[in-house]
Amino acid sequence: MDATANTQAPVQEGKVALPTEWRDFFALTKPRVMTLVIFTGICGLLAAPGTIHPVLGFTAILCIAMGAGGSAALNHWWEADLDAGMKRTANRPLPTGRMRRDDARDFGVFLSAVSVFVMGVAVHWLAAISLFAAIIYYAVIYTMWLKPRTPQNIVIGGGAGAFPPFIGWIAVTGEITAMPILLFAIIFMWTPPHFWALALFVKSDYAKVGIPMLPVVAGERVTRQQIMIYTALLAPVAIAPWAIGATSWVYGSVAVVLSALFLALAVPVLREQRADSDPLKPEKTLFKFSIYYLFILFGALVVDRVLANQGLIGGGLFA
Amino acid sequence: MTPEEEAEFKRRQKGRNMIVGLTLLFFAVLFYAITIARIGD
Repeated sequence: MDATANTQAPVQEGKVALPTEWRDFFALTKPRVMTLVIFTGICGLLAAPGTIHPVLGFTAILCIAMGAGGSAALNHWWEADLDAGMKRTANRPLPTGRMRRDDARDFGVFLSAVSVFVMGVAVHWLAAISLFAAIIYYAVIYTMWLKPRTPQNIVIGGGAGAFPPFIGWIAVTGEITAMPILLFAIIFMWTPPHFWALALFVKSDYAKVGIPMLPVVAGERVTRQQIMIYTALLAPVAIAPWAIGATSWVYGSVAVVLSALFLALAVPVLREQRADSDPLKPEKTLFKFSIYYLFILFGALVVDRVLANQGLIGGGLFA
Repeated sequence: MTPEEEAEFKRRQKGRNMIVGLTLLFFAVLFYAITIARIGD
């Protein structure tokens, strides 16, 4: 990394160094990504068997969000030079010089440390350890180590996004069982087809800054095959909570239908079936559907738990 | 520092102070609520 960049003032030489606006600190936390983190975290919390005091439940979600925000700030700090070279990210607080690089690092470390400490003290230390692992996974293993080194970076990055429901579940139960691992696995398997479908129709400039994204390094054909492979792997993982008896037919039927649709939409992407009006329509359709897929699947998980708690349903596939 | 720069400096400082103050207040209330919830457990 460029050592001189670390000491850069937030404004050009000769001008007054204005304090960074709070909005730029907020932008460091990647608020749009955080909405998905909060949603899946809440779903994990609500779908878990058992109860948690509403204040502690709120605190758990707040800590997950703060941990995600802290690791996102560390991501901004580490990738400031790369961000400056890409159109999509060039306007972020660090590449534009609106913020000192050290401030972003300190903010990220502080937010991460507070999130882990509060989670441990207020909710559960196992959840706090999981949150710490998630932060290290995203900020160090993914951002600093593997993202610039392997075209499978999206698969690895998916692991970071898979932590929130896992942590939400543990915050309630205080133990790691098959279900939180399955929730982790669902998002882990879902991320590659979701992101690579997007990568096929939105040309990014990752190649320009030396990040080995799969469509650029291995080509579109391999990317399409990988989308199909991960979609096929996602189906059994998504249905597994029903199969092991952790959910009822309500979640099970939603998982089966959604997974069948996901597979059906991945086939035209694999075959590169083109529509005359829009040559990348299958990819766009798959990408949009993948968003609905995750929201509906996790929503079904919560509905299933609520109905089970009311005594209206019970039993899994083999129960 | 020109008057415009000074005004901008104060505006940003005020915004940051406001956010830090509200955050501290929020966490004070949250920790009180957590304490009550934990005692209840």
